[in-house]
Amino acid sequence: MYDLLTGPGLKLSIGICLIGLIIRGVLYIKGLHWQLDRVAYTAHLKAGIRGALRSIFFWILPFGARGWRTQPLMTVLFFGFHIGAVCIPLFLAAHTMILQKALGISFASLNQTVADVMSWGVVVSAFFLALRRLVLPEVRILSGPYDYLILFLSAAPFITGLLCRYEIGDYSFFLLIHILLGEILLISIPFTRLSHILLFFLSRAQLGMDFGIKRGGMKGKGLNW
Amino acid sequence: MPEGTLCNRQPIQTDEALKTLLSDTGGRQYYQEMQSLPVDTPLLWETIQKTCRSRIRTWLSMCARCGMCADSCFLYRINDRDPKQVPAYKIQSTLGEILRRKGRVDNAFMQMAMETAWAKCTCCNRCGLYCPHGIDMGVMFGYLRGLLYQQGFVPWELKIGAGMHRVYHAQMDVTDADFTETFAWMVEENEEDYPGLAVPVDKVGADIMYTVNAREVKHYPEDLAEAAILFHLAGENWTVPSRGWEQTSLAMFAGDWEACKIQVESVYDAMERLKPKRMVGTECGHAHRATVVEGPYWAGRKDGLPPVESIHYVEWLAEALRTGKLKINPEKRIKEPVTLQDSCNYVRNHGLKEITREIMSYIVEPGYFIDMSPNREHNYCCGGGGGFNGIGLYRKQRNKALITKRDQILSTGAKLVIAPCHNCWDAIRDLEEEYRIGIRWSFLKPLILKMVEIPEHLKPEE
Repeated sequence: MYDLLTGPGLKLSIGICLIGLIIRGVLYIKGLHWQLDRVAYTAHLKAGIRGALRSIFFWILPFGARGWRTQPLMTVLFFGFHIGAVCIPLFLAAHTMILQKALGISFASLNQTVADVMSWGVVVSAFFLALRRLVLPEVRILSGPYDYLILFLSAAPFITGLLCRYEIGDYSFFLLIHILLGEILLISIPFTRLSHILLFFLSRAQLGMDFGIKRGGMKGKGLNW
Repeated sequence: MPEGTLCNRQPIQTDEALKTLLSDTGGRQYYQEMQSLPVDTPLLWETIQKTCRSRIRTWLSMCARCGMCADSCFLYRINDRDPKQVPAYKIQSTLGEILRRKGRVDNAFMQMAMETAWAKCTCCNRCGLYCPHGIDMGVMFGYLRGLLYQQGFVPWELKIGAGMHRVYHAQMDVTDADFTETFAWMVEENEEDYPGLAVPVDKVGADIMYTVNAREVKHYPEDLAEAAILFHLAGENWTVPSRGWEQTSLAMFAGDWEACKIQVESVYDAMERLKPKRMVGTECGHAHRATVVEGPYWAGRKDGLPPVESIHYVEWLAEALRTGKLKINPEKRIKEPVTLQDSCNYVRNHGLKEITREIMSYIVEPGYFIDMSPNREHNYCCGGGGGFNGIGLYRKQRNKALITKRDQILSTGAKLVIAPCHNCWDAIRDLEEEYRIGIRWSFLKPLILKMVEIPEHLKPEE
């Protein structure tokens, strides 16, 4: 079972994830329309690229955008969640070994303490993000079962990963569950809101181009995100 | 159920239809008919299929429902943080729902969507600056307004406004003759004080083609005089077009995209006809947005730019002061606490944040200018943008919305508010009338006129 999941299972889920994301990305870009979106994307490419990069940069930088600075608690939860969610799957020592074996790609691996902090960061942040959904009226009104499902889907591999890390309970059982949940997560990425892994960058780039080309980017120093 | 005689899906195309709709005081019959206006759901869905593409669809589906947009919205903040005023909720429960139901929505839904689109959003686009995914709900509300307009669910005043553009190529019933005659009359009134003052109409190849807001012609003709005098004092080679002089677009507020195109093309035609070096527009925010920022797209211009370089009045003024074309008498600079309203339409949405502050540095004695907080591209809407000022049905909501600006002004301690935007100017006037906080408000032109030095050769002979 372990071999099945870490061999063909892993290849399949990574394949679905990547191909799915590429399709989502291509469909998104193909669906952009200079006149309907009212952004002359190709006529002012330089201003557009500058706007796109600024728009992405200030929002992936913790406290980089005013939106992050005005809501510091959310910012800590957001980055606490996302830093681990991006780094652990790719750079945890145990993962780099499997990736090396299955796909022949080798990444540098994380120091164990850093990996622990990041993993706990994901789980603790996910807990508070769920709590935030329940407690804050302005978030509760926007939240439905799908929002909790997505959060659970994303956090579950980390919870089970930590169970394995500390060898709590039946190690080999939880390891299989962990791998299975990780692969379910990978497969669901292109089909759910988790596609924001790619679409975040494309959407931010689009709005950045909008401001960079049409809404003032060619007038002054650019938008103060 | 048939469509109403006043409230229906047909745009206003004739003067007669305009007058009939106008005679329905306050839109009483219009709104009554709206109660039974059927929704053409196949048309709604067909329109969405044709026009709603990956940007908006992705925005709606990728929204993480995180609520980070809530605090960015002044209407959410001022309405006791009502969760139903969270931008993401407002757009998901209207446009998002129409898409999920494939256009199968009923009359009650459309009326709710109308109120949301015009009384709960001013399309100020501030939320777009606070969404991690870069979702601009103001843009989506603009799109939703187009769908609602097509179905006849549009506030009475804006149906009229859009009709005015179709019939008069202006936001009100001001004819081309009214425009040139009023301008000429205003110049006559002032030529004794400013010898040689003239309004050159349809001059080909001028450096500047000036465009205005029709209500200056109808209600504030002194604004035309001030513009003429300042161009005259600056020694500008300028002109106004006898046709295509109206820069505004209530059609944009209404979501009548066809009328937007008709209107902006009338201005672009004037540019093509008169071949000026540049166009300068009056102190209006949405007029600039319509003609300079969005207009090129309505007119199908692939470079996203008007036929000639087009600038806002504040850009011309800053340049005239910077280059010394206009000189300020330092004695006459403003020596009282003064603040500045950043118009969403040309500051957040066209980057002119430093230009107005440069003007302040010339006309305000150092130490007297106090910025509102937040300011520049993060400033709050005046409270009356996007058509909100003009809709009687939503006056109560609009008046509440003004409180944000009232409190922003109060905390600066300034008694004078400079508002180089018609909509902001109106909203600030109304907030003073409503809440009596003892402020004055002004466009830039009258202030400059009081402090500008008149060159010797332009002074009247004693």
